[in-house]
Amino acid sequence: MELQVSNSPFNQEQTELLNRLLPSLTDSQRVWLSGYLTALARAGFSGGLASTAVSVQSAAPSAAAPVPAASKEITILYGSQTGNSSGLAKKFAKALEAEQYQVTLSSMGDYKTGNLKKTSQLLVIVSTHGEGEPPDSAISFYEFLNSKRAPKLDGLRFSVLALGDTSYEFFCQTGKDFDKRLEELGGQRLVPRVDCDVDFSEDAGAWFSQVTAALSAGSGSAALKTEDLTAQVEAGESSYSRENPFRAEVLENLNLNGRGSARETRHLEISLEGSGLDYEPGDSLGIYPENDPQLVDALIATLGWSGAEEVPVSKSGDLLPSREALLRHFEITVLTKPFLTRLADITGHEGLVKLVSPGEEEALKGYLKGRDLLDLVQDYHLQGIGPDALTGLLRKLPPRLYSIASSSKATPEEVHVTVRAVRYEAHGRQRRGVTSVQLAERVQPGDTLPVFIQHNPSFKLPKDPNTKIIMIGPGTGVAPFRAFLSEREESDAQGESWLFYGDQHFTTDFLYQVEWQRWLKDGVLTRMDVAFSRDTEQKVYVQHRMLEHSKELFNWLEQGAVVYVCGDEGSMAHDVHAALATILIQEGGLAPEAAAERLTEMQRQQRYQRDVY
Amino acid sequence: MSENHLLSKNSAPHSDVEDIKIRSNYLRGKLEEVLEDRITASIPEDENRLMKFHGSYMQDDRDLRNERSKQKLEPAYQFMLRVRAPGGVVTPAQWLMMDRISKAYGNGTIRLTTRQSFQLHGVLKWNMKKTIREVHDSLLTTLAACGDVNRNVMCNPNPHQSDVHAEVYHWACLLSEHLEPQTKAYHEIWLDGEKVLDSQEAEQEPIYGKVYLPRKFKIGLAVPPSNDVDVFSQDLGLIAIVENGKLAGFNVAVGGGMGMTHGDPLTYPQVAKVIGFCTPEQVIEIAEKTVTIQRDYGDRSVRKHARFKYTIDDRGVEWFISELTSRLGWGLAEARPYSFEDHGDRYGWVKGTGGKWHFTLFIENGRIKDEQDYQLMTGLREIAGIHTGDFRLTANQNLIIANVTTAKKKKIEALIGEYGLTDGLRYSALRRNSMACVALPTCGLAMAESERYLPELLGKIEPLLAENGLSEENIVIRMTGCPNGCARPALAELSFIGKGPGKYNMYLGGGFAGERLNKLYKENIGEGEILDSLRVLLSHYAKDRNPEEHFGDFTIRAGYIQQVASGQDFHA
Repeated sequence: MELQVSNSPFNQEQTELLNRLLPSLTDSQRVWLSGYLTALARAGFSGGLASTAVSVQSAAPSAAAPVPAASKEITILYGSQTGNSSGLAKKFAKALEAEQYQVTLSSMGDYKTGNLKKTSQLLVIVSTHGEGEPPDSAISFYEFLNSKRAPKLDGLRFSVLALGDTSYEFFCQTGKDFDKRLEELGGQRLVPRVDCDVDFSEDAGAWFSQVTAALSAGSGSAALKTEDLTAQVEAGESSYSRENPFRAEVLENLNLNGRGSARETRHLEISLEGSGLDYEPGDSLGIYPENDPQLVDALIATLGWSGAEEVPVSKSGDLLPSREALLRHFEITVLTKPFLTRLADITGHEGLVKLVSPGEEEALKGYLKGRDLLDLVQDYHLQGIGPDALTGLLRKLPPRLYSIASSSKATPEEVHVTVRAVRYEAHGRQRRGVTSVQLAERVQPGDTLPVFIQHNPSFKLPKDPNTKIIMIGPGTGVAPFRAFLSEREESDAQGESWLFYGDQHFTTDFLYQVEWQRWLKDGVLTRMDVAFSRDTEQKVYVQHRMLEHSKELFNWLEQGAVVYVCGDEGSMAHDVHAALATILIQEGGLAPEAAAERLTEMQRQQRYQRDVY
Repeated sequence: MSENHLLSKNSAPHSDVEDIKIRSNYLRGKLEEVLEDRITASIPEDENRLMKFHGSYMQDDRDLRNERSKQKLEPAYQFMLRVRAPGGVVTPAQWLMMDRISKAYGNGTIRLTTRQSFQLHGVLKWNMKKTIREVHDSLLTTLAACGDVNRNVMCNPNPHQSDVHAEVYHWACLLSEHLEPQTKAYHEIWLDGEKVLDSQEAEQEPIYGKVYLPRKFKIGLAVPPSNDVDVFSQDLGLIAIVENGKLAGFNVAVGGGMGMTHGDPLTYPQVAKVIGFCTPEQVIEIAEKTVTIQRDYGDRSVRKHARFKYTIDDRGVEWFISELTSRLGWGLAEARPYSFEDHGDRYGWVKGTGGKWHFTLFIENGRIKDEQDYQLMTGLREIAGIHTGDFRLTANQNLIIANVTTAKKKKIEALIGEYGLTDGLRYSALRRNSMACVALPTCGLAMAESERYLPELLGKIEPLLAENGLSEENIVIRMTGCPNGCARPALAELSFIGKGPGKYNMYLGGGFAGERLNKLYKENIGEGEILDSLRVLLSHYAKDRNPEEHFGDFTIRAGYIQQVASGQDFHA
């Protein structure tokens, strides 16, 4: 059927272009395009498509390894920290199953490495953390694959989807490592690796479309119907998702820190009524923020814009005034190397070109740290750059994830989060966390926020309600444990529980204090140890309290307790890890290497779970 | 002892506080354990009852109560710590210690109390041990500063004005020491003292017994003509009788007390009755026997009816005299003549015996703190740093820099000048004669503001005084946030007792020398009505007063209020 203006949504010019293009496409090209467009449609809740999206990796299926007649068996392995990789892996698995593929879906932590040799088709979806490190649940598989024990993988067809953040130096490093190693072991790429930035949805969708195209081309079977894929992915209890967030009403927004505190921690209660969204303790709530109007206005003033210039905010060409666009669609508080590189290309600015040139990595790293777009515009006198040119290079404003602090059993159709307002001075200017300060200063009960649920299967209460749990969550890290205890209270779980909490001051910073007290009294919480670092001459932290009770803590571990750590990855999680190792050495008589191995083993068995950020 | 320890005269069951005391094993209870609980800054009510005997009790910042409750935080629990010294006499080193711990552990201020003690507010549970240790190391104590025992012994704080004053102070110290609880619990809990293993055997409270007294017990010693200690407000008041320049002995007065409960006419303030005279050497034994009579006959079922005044009023003072005589084995002599002129302080420099100087400083409501334009706390710290004499806390919440040598006087005068420390003469006489209890935000009993409000109210009364030419007229005004009477309001010429936020009962007609109770004039009134009433009263007083007639006396003569002879007529 020829497209016409009358039987399609396209105008005359578009119809002509399409009619010229479509007949020229091969089957696999059609499939690829179809998947690509589907992914675009799913990604575009706000119509937002940053221009960086497509240019990342757009390899055609022709780049796929010309391996014939692969089977319909495929393994998807994911390594997930916050649930993004696992969420994608599950969606893709469903879509493939719907096409009669036999999918083996597994977290890397659970995967029996012996099966790897028997696998002919493998998809790897993995994120990167901190200084280029794999997620906790991926560590053991990562180490196995990079060890001498790793099998030869000739005949394996694979592809890697890497999740990351370009504002980090080691962007998508874990994905890159897997990609390189699988090739070294003899595997052949089904389609090239795709590295996703924080706004990963569309790139991930495009990658999957390429994968399915390559799979069906390779297997000679009928092409995957991507409409079905969409249907599959969207199927479920709720039609709301990361791509299509729910506008949720804020019911309560209060500061948990008492008067005189240096902290401000917001407790938000958000209604999910009518959304169909559901969650379990350990899951996260994604919130799409808006930028600080003060910062946007300062930026517009510095750039010499009026704020009314219309700029595209999506691939489909939706236009918005630049002020609106900067408020709601583009990230302006983080600088990345790719952005600076492209900006240097466009502007030809001497200083910028030098900063991004080879050999200047340290200087660049130093510059990127703690600076935002306004700094860049001021420091490099970029006032001349136009709204189109600049916004065309910006990343989409990504959602922020917050560990859920409630149990839907206790508060149905409601979700609570615990958010610390981030404010600090850097480079001569007051800096404000995008989401946290929006929530602290500009969101009142009655307002709505675009939200979605981010499931996190690697941070979950034990299935057995009698299993002991040890929870270590200083600061806002305590949030999921409020959800845990609330859930255990509602389900009348009998397992003992032990919470370690800490912050600066007892009097002002004891988040949810009266709730822990009540749970202790009611026996829902068995014991609690606290460390308030600024109340004593010598600073004490949760790890000190753990070590003080090392014998008992070791006994709990021996009795099968599951350890949960939530909070700051920077130092806390490392110090707590070290404390656990020390306890194993001290009380269990293990050698240091054995203790480290035990902890890795515990992570693999999900007896040691972390939600760190 | 034939008398029962625990039975009320009406045979009602004893109150739960009595149970707590019995179970406490001489004031230990579970104090050590609950102090170690890091999840809450509070302690359970039972332990708080015991804590009082150790000189402290739990409070919370009531300004923050609602706010913190919304924030899912427990109330801002904190401890008030009372440090006592007989007659309020402390050394410069002890002053500096108080200054230091108030900053390190308290809220950065010191409160001088109406019983010549120090109070720190805002001490957190985990700092209590450190704080008490520092107090102990400086040779002061908090033991028995609260609780059902003999409290800080009050004494006219000018011992160096004459040899008699010094002698009276000496007896105050002996009384204090004699009636101090003997339990080792204080050392064990606060000072890491060795545990008494078999305490039942090794430990005795020869005077108190293991249930201590039914209620607090107060002793004060006055040296006429000054009744600054409000000797008639004491359970046991001793009035020094000076004959030929020597201390002949004391008139003994019993059964005074301030506390009452709103709406309960069975509770009332009372003035102590003079029952006789004793020699100085007999004072200790009289005090001990009096305490044991109250121990044995005081009401242990209803705490608000447990003070000694009710024991005496219920049984009659004759009964008490005979019981005392029987326990002593001898009787008191007939009371001797005495005369009080006032119950206020004399401000400024006074030269005492031995060529020493004393400077009485006006401290509004006893609060020592630094403010932007008045660095009182810093000034006193500087003075304590060079002072070779001592400090004396007065019963009116003021402070005497005492025993200053002629050589040091210049330096101290210079510091007084430098920090603008005031003898109060720049204020109205009404303000100089004012007293308020702490009340909000820390006191759990307060129904209305007191310390934070009285200065403001005075600022509004002062223009009325000025209009009527009364700015230099000494009128005694007192305010409390509740009817328990910490600022001894029932003995003021004009007083206000809190009923609710911004609402007070107004009382008139107290005696200028603290010898007569006042009486309710208007109930539950706000500031507007207070000022309206005073406008009428003060202008009438200015016009129609007799020469030298005091305001309290005038309000009775002019028919505003009935004279009260006994507390039993207070509500009549």
